[in-house]
Amino acid sequence: MEFLNIFIQGSLLGGIYALFAIGLSLSFGIMRLVNIAHGDFIVLSGYVALVVTQSTGLDPFTSLVIVVPVMFVLGYVLQRGLLNQTLSGGLLPPLLVTFGISIIIQNGLLQGFGAYDHRLQEGPIETASLHLPGGIDIGVYPLLVFAVAVFGIASLQLLFYGTRLGRAFRAVSDDANTAELMGIDNRKLYAVALGIAMIFTAIAGVLFGIRTIFDPAAGPIRLILAFEAVIIGGLGSLWGTLIGGMVLGIAQTVGAALDPTWQILAGHLAFLAILILRPNGLFPRTRD
Amino acid sequence: MTAAVETVRVERATKASRVFTVAAAVMLAGLVSLPWWGDAGDMRLIAEMAYYLALAQLWNLLAGYAGLVSVGQQAYVGIGGYALFYLTGVWNLNVYAALLLAGPFAGLIAIPVSFAVFRLRGAYFAIGTWVVSEVFALIASLILVLGAGSGLSLTVPILQEISPDRDARNTAIYLMTLAVSLFVVGVVYLLLRSRHGLALTAIRDSEPASASLGVNTFRTKFIIYVATAACTGLIGGLIFLQKLRISPEAGFSINDWTVVVIFMVVIGGIGTIEGPFIGMLIFIVLRELLADYGTYYLILLGIIAIVIMLKAPSGVWGWIAQRYDLQLFPVGRRLVLKPDQSKR
Repeated sequence: MEFLNIFIQGSLLGGIYALFAIGLSLSFGIMRLVNIAHGDFIVLSGYVALVVTQSTGLDPFTSLVIVVPVMFVLGYVLQRGLLNQTLSGGLLPPLLVTFGISIIIQNGLLQGFGAYDHRLQEGPIETASLHLPGGIDIGVYPLLVFAVAVFGIASLQLLFYGTRLGRAFRAVSDDANTAELMGIDNRKLYAVALGIAMIFTAIAGVLFGIRTIFDPAAGPIRLILAFEAVIIGGLGSLWGTLIGGMVLGIAQTVGAALDPTWQILAGHLAFLAILILRPNGLFPRTRD
Repeated sequence: MTAAVETVRVERATKASRVFTVAAAVMLAGLVSLPWWGDAGDMRLIAEMAYYLALAQLWNLLAGYAGLVSVGQQAYVGIGGYALFYLTGVWNLNVYAALLLAGPFAGLIAIPVSFAVFRLRGAYFAIGTWVVSEVFALIASLILVLGAGSGLSLTVPILQEISPDRDARNTAIYLMTLAVSLFVVGVVYLLLRSRHGLALTAIRDSEPASASLGVNTFRTKFIIYVATAACTGLIGGLIFLQKLRISPEAGFSINDWTVVVIFMVVIGGIGTIEGPFIGMLIFIVLRELLADYGTYYLILLGIIAIVIMLKAPSGVWGWIAQRYDLQLFPVGRRLVLKPDQSKR
């Protein structure tokens, strides 16, 4: 029973990690961009939601109506105006530029909001739980987050395999030059891609902000967790990313069951072990 | 009969590099004598510049030459620092002996680490090294004998081993930092001038091409990674000898020991020895000028790094070198055409 409980709680925890990872996985899968500022965008979304909820009195869930478009536009503009320029010159430019963005966001938030912790308040749903037979209690909120992750990945799969836009994304991902010859405007498509990635970043930021406190320096660990989920699952595979998040969540829950201070460390160690045993992850699709 | 009125000569040193060598020697003499005419604040600032320069040179060697873009070098700063505190505090080792062991210890740790992170390519290698550093930070925060989450302090008896007098101690630590920085710059310079430097430059320019010409790229990268880790560990020991305290957050700080270092190298000019000097100076000047405005200097530094990366990827030094044909640390060779005197 204890084993089953750890498995369930860990998988649910993995839902939020998968949600962190979707944006990273998308921008890597489509434009081979490793976005070092990804974690900071998650935290930035939390702050945008904080400002919206405080200034309009909306609750965090409803604030997504504003946070999501704001982050979409930010992603579109950033890719169009800045990141597209980095994609032709090898490894360093995208890495360095997103590193720069990361530092700008972290210190900008620090100057604007101070180093204090913040949290988004959603009310009773945060602590509600369901009682399963066998004495297992599961939180309604983690279940909701997990459902959002599954729903998000399913809708992305639908986008990729059922729409014109999705076909263009797959074409650009397979061979950017040939796609361009076929009349696709890669630069615009990349901008839309980062915009879509930012939609998921925004959702992840708000959902996580309800669950855990955040401060301006909270981005990097989010990036690392997202990265681990992507690598464990295998590059370019969205369902793999969900599994990767769950593996990470289960490893952390096992670690926490042994000793609460081991939670994060256990996740990192599981990641490194998988890296050594299966360097391409569990379900690899994209070759870089 | 011979029509050639010109012959060519292969040169390493240039006029500029010879002038620079003299100027650098004079400046170094000035810095070495600083304890006798400067105050403690000057010494602290120069020591900081010296260790940042060394860290920047090492990161440049890794990323600019060996193509190993690591963002996890803070792991070795922290390991070096903790090694110093542990060896002196728990093993009661002499502080100089502990400092000398800190570097090799960090290098030793880098060997198993490389087995894991070398499986990753490109940007994934970068984040992988970062994860490893986080692992070390978490482990340090769990080990009681390392002070767990709150870290360790250097005790007075340990410091008195260097010198019972505070001024003499500061001078000793200052001179050690200068010496280590000089050592690191010297090693990087001599390495790049050697046969291995040629291999490294070839790897920098094209890894597949250098491999096809017989460069053992894996071994070269492995040696550079481990050697860099050892030097970084030694610097880490020195940094925390000055700070007197270490904690997991301070020791393994990515912002302090890697991010600003990367910015220095990129702004100054990646893939050159001169670049890190310029980048370090720009960083220190910016920070001192904007000292009263919180962390805005970091925001400015980030913006400058982005602009340089997009508009002038070879950095400030790359621009100067191209425009004025300068090379202060000649690591390559150049052809010089000169009229043939003997035939006249």
